[in-house]
Amino acid sequence: MSTRTIDEVTVGQALPELAHDVTATTVVLGALASRDWRPMHHDYRFATERNGTQDIFLNTPNLAAWFERYITDWTGPRGRIGRMTFRMRDSVFPGDRMVFAGTVTGTETDAVGCGWVGLDITVAVGDRLCCTCTARVAIPVNETDNPWARRGDDWTP
Amino acid sequence: MTADLPDHITALIGKPQYRVSANFPVERSYGFNTLAATENGNPLYWDDDVAAELTGGMTMPVSTLSLWMRPHRWEPGADEELVALKVHFDLKEQLGLPEAIMSDNTLILHAPVRPGDVISHHQVLRSVSGPKTTKLGSGRFWVIDIEYHNQDGDLVGVESYTGFGYRRTEEVAP
Repeated sequence: MSTRTIDEVTVGQALPELAHDVTATTVVLGALASRDWRPMHHDYRFATERNGTQDIFLNTPNLAAWFERYITDWTGPRGRIGRMTFRMRDSVFPGDRMVFAGTVTGTETDAVGCGWVGLDITVAVGDRLCCTCTARVAIPVNETDNPWARRGDDWTP
Repeated sequence: MTADLPDHITALIGKPQYRVSANFPVERSYGFNTLAATENGNPLYWDDDVAAELTGGMTMPVSTLSLWMRPHRWEPGADEELVALKVHFDLKEQLGLPEAIMSDNTLILHAPVRPGDVISHHQVLRSVSGPKTTKLGSGRFWVIDIEYHNQDGDLVGVESYTGFGYRRTEEVAP
């Protein structure tokens, strides 16, 4: 099991990019997985004729899940997301190749010894910036540390 | 908050609404749908031994927080479509804004959610903007917070959504 520890992380460090070719199935699968039955996530005519968008598009909880996958691909399973905030500036549609990119914006060890990393993440389709995200993620301070063991006042997301 | 907001909506700001518990437990198998949809191979969610070592047993993907309060679309006795985030749909109806999208989402994650948990939540309308026009149409932005607890009363997460309810530009309000 790979473990990224905080001493391996520096401000300005880039995360590896993740690219995914979005299809209608990607959109519908994500909506189904998040029990989101709103028709703009599965019904082309509703999305285009009612919402005025160009196609069906990725829903919010599924985007959150994509951010989770992107972050923990980098941290490994000991990484524990404390907080993430994202803004959907434009929609991601079938036919888009969405590319996740991220940068480390800060590192700290809090008062109870938990290591934290700040991340800025973007999702772009070509030159179109679709989403921006900031995340606060706990990662181990050494090879025996486990952020998941933190409870109550020892966990400050 | 703006002066032109109807009083009955202003009165809802800051007031907990829809304090309910899910009528089904957290299901590991349903969590696999999210992992598959995002091709997420994190062994924390696939390997029981890793889960036991790191979290004392299986937990659910943290981004599925809202999923456990999202109703099935229909259940016996339901006379209308069951929807999550009811405050959002109430605002659409009460403000006469037929379309809506989400623009921002924040998740703050506390105790892990585990299979078998029964999650409860309540929704709080935090703010409603004055009239705004975007490329989609004219309407209002609003912010709704949701606090989630498990059956033991432990806080498992807090979520915030910014929604934009709108009427498409070419439409004429009734």
